[in-house]
Amino acid sequence: MQEISLHILDIVNNSVKAGATLVEITVCEAISENRLRIEIDDDGCGMDEEFLSHVLDPFQTTRTTRKVGMGLSLFQAAAQAAGGDLSIWSRKGVGTKVKAEFQYDHIDRQPLGDMAETMTVLISGNMLTDFVYCHKVDDRQFILDTREIKQILGQDGDFSCPEIVLWLKEYISEGILELKRE
Amino acid sequence: MKSLAELEEIRNRMRNQVNLRKEDESSATRIVVGMATCGIAAGARPVLNALVEEVGKRGLADVAVTQTGCIGMCRLEPIVEVMVPGQEKVTYVKMTAEKAQRVVAEHIVNGNVVTEYTIGAVEQ
Repeated sequence: MQEISLHILDIVNNSVKAGATLVEITVCEAISENRLRIEIDDDGCGMDEEFLSHVLDPFQTTRTTRKVGMGLSLFQAAAQAAGGDLSIWSRKGVGTKVKAEFQYDHIDRQPLGDMAETMTVLISGNMLTDFVYCHKVDDRQFILDTREIKQILGQDGDFSCPEIVLWLKEYISEGILELKRE
Repeated sequence: MKSLAELEEIRNRMRNQVNLRKEDESSATRIVVGMATCGIAAGARPVLNALVEEVGKRGLADVAVTQTGCIGMCRLEPIVEVMVPGQEKVTYVKMTAEKAQRVVAEHIVNGNVVTEYTIGAVEQ
């Protein structure tokens, strides 16, 4: 993975496969504190303690459960290489929270990458799951909640329709760009 | 700036088209992109995006671009499968956004399989 946004795409796919109806994704660029924080919070089936204890080991987990595999350990490695780390909280039947933290100006921190593209791929590929995307840059924030979008689209709402996909992508990327404007 | 009002306009415009599409779902062409860890790491996201954009730009209402998990040949990712009703499935491997645009133009629109990108050609 070359960008953090690709890791996020991969990890959120775990949430979807865990049957989540709502996934909240927060990207927090705390530039004043020199930290980049990513949080993925889902209401999927969660993991038991036994599973959780070796979920970050790529070679322990892949063979028994395909659903986790390399994704989390790759994300953890990216965080650890950039003066940060990754932590997971999970409870069976409640959900899972994945938090990753990076030193913002670390030379080895991967670029955040195209979050608009990541979110559009997630939203259009998983129409039964709702997503809340929150992007903060210091004290400014941009929020997209697919439940609000679905309300506008009504019954005809089809996130796989190219015109809506393109609108979503531009809406998110403009929203993020706006956060960085002086 | 994109606004929510603009989304409402798109919705109103789409109403008729959606009905058309629902009627003949069986005749729709399906383009499937592998989006598991292996696919994403190999560059599947820009491929998927290029496919959606190209299909949208050309207004191909009877073409659906969808995502799937690991197809089982991780070293050949990004993999794109094209299913045209009544024809054999075509598997394209080691795709890029540029190759994806060509597949839409030549295979989906004109009906000519881009043989050089298929798994058969790459594996030889």
